[in-house]
Amino acid sequence: MNADNATDSVYDGLVDQEDAHWAFGTGFHEPLAGVDRAVPDVDRADLTAYCLMLGDDALVLSQRLAEWCSRAPELEEDVALANIALDLLGQARLLLTRAGEVEGAGRDEDALAYLRDEREFRNVHLAEIECGPFAGGDFATTIARLLVFSSWKLAQYSRLRGSADPVLAAVAAKGLKELAYHRDHAAQWTVRLGDGTEESHRRMRAGLHRVWPFLDELFTAHPVELRLPGVAVDPAGLRSEVEDVLAEVCRAAGLELPDAAPAARVAGKAGRDGVHTEAMGYLLAEMQHLHRSLPGAKW
Amino acid sequence: MVTAPPGVTAREVAARVRDPELPVLTLADLGVLREVVERDGRVVVTITPTYSGCPAVEEMGADLRRALRRAGFAEVEVRTSLHPAWTTDWITEDGLRKLREAGIAPPSRLGPRAAGPVPLNLAPPSRRVPCPRCGSPRTTELSRFGATACKALRRCEDCAEPFEHVKEI
Repeated sequence: MNADNATDSVYDGLVDQEDAHWAFGTGFHEPLAGVDRAVPDVDRADLTAYCLMLGDDALVLSQRLAEWCSRAPELEEDVALANIALDLLGQARLLLTRAGEVEGAGRDEDALAYLRDEREFRNVHLAEIECGPFAGGDFATTIARLLVFSSWKLAQYSRLRGSADPVLAAVAAKGLKELAYHRDHAAQWTVRLGDGTEESHRRMRAGLHRVWPFLDELFTAHPVELRLPGVAVDPAGLRSEVEDVLAEVCRAAGLELPDAAPAARVAGKAGRDGVHTEAMGYLLAEMQHLHRSLPGAKW
Repeated sequence: MVTAPPGVTAREVAARVRDPELPVLTLADLGVLREVVERDGRVVVTITPTYSGCPAVEEMGADLRRALRRAGFAEVEVRTSLHPAWTTDWITEDGLRKLREAGIAPPSRLGPRAAGPVPLNLAPPSRRVPCPRCGSPRTTELSRFGATACKALRRCEDCAEPFEHVKEI
């Protein structure tokens, strides 16, 4: 830009010459640049699948929480849920990048997030089900899901810190601190709603009943998780720790722990096998349509 | 090509780059600048993200490359290191003071944390966060999550002003 046309546009003075200046715009780089990326001596297809499981859990719940943007009961909550979604998205970017790198087929985080079909997603059902703001729930149901999800993830990540995969260990150590804030947020809302008015108590109770059938899947090991000792965490070992936390929160909230039968599996298969609930297709359509309509689109 | 003025090291240039979201702090104040290595005219800067999803990391890298190039370091590489994970304990004493002077309540020091399960907090934090404007200890948390990932929103009961607090992590 020379001095003569310096006043052509009021925006010129705001815009730096390098597009990477805009934090939310273009210029996103390889998120694992410079991280120790040694691949442990395990089956690469299994490690790729495991990274996808972890990455998809975070990505899909992030997408669900982002649906609350501009729809939360108050502005502070709008900001809070968006912040939590952003933390999860950050974790998902690292995990999907790692999955693509271990796979070695040239797929980056965007290819994995936007160009896989439903059967290739390996997230647990709890992350994808409708819990509000649309049909299928309300704010209390969203809080119930966040409470269960973050309590479970916290237990999983605290063990994953010792993983033989240095990327998974680093993502877990960092994500753990974020999840601790997410869980506290959900737990404090559970107490406020459960121990609040008759109406808030009824909704919080209904929210817990909505998500409880999806608890069992969280502690059911997939063969991939069992084939990666030292790298992956066996989810069966997380159950008592997570149930203790949930019991403590419900006690403080004056809520009874739901006694719900586990959601049915399809021929023994569920989210980790790529078998999803009806909600998943709609979620992916919303999340993927822009990228698929305009491949390589940038803000 | 501009050459670096004698005596100015790459570390000094990098340490002066400001945080894009908390511009009162330099990257060194914030504790995200891990390492600056200068070898054969090539500079490798290692930074660490504050939060996994913090979009400012991209901009920090761009700002570092720009500042170092302007100072005459032609070849600059910015790396990200996730481990060990950033903690607010790495914000320098000078950084805490600058935050306070800018009307942002600084985080308190967490110190070493115990291993084992992360304790559940059912009550709002009892930690005292004095008002950065009037110094009153009577402040309440309005929202745990603020305008950026690293800040909470609070209000002073005495001067009634809302203020931001860099939350401990």
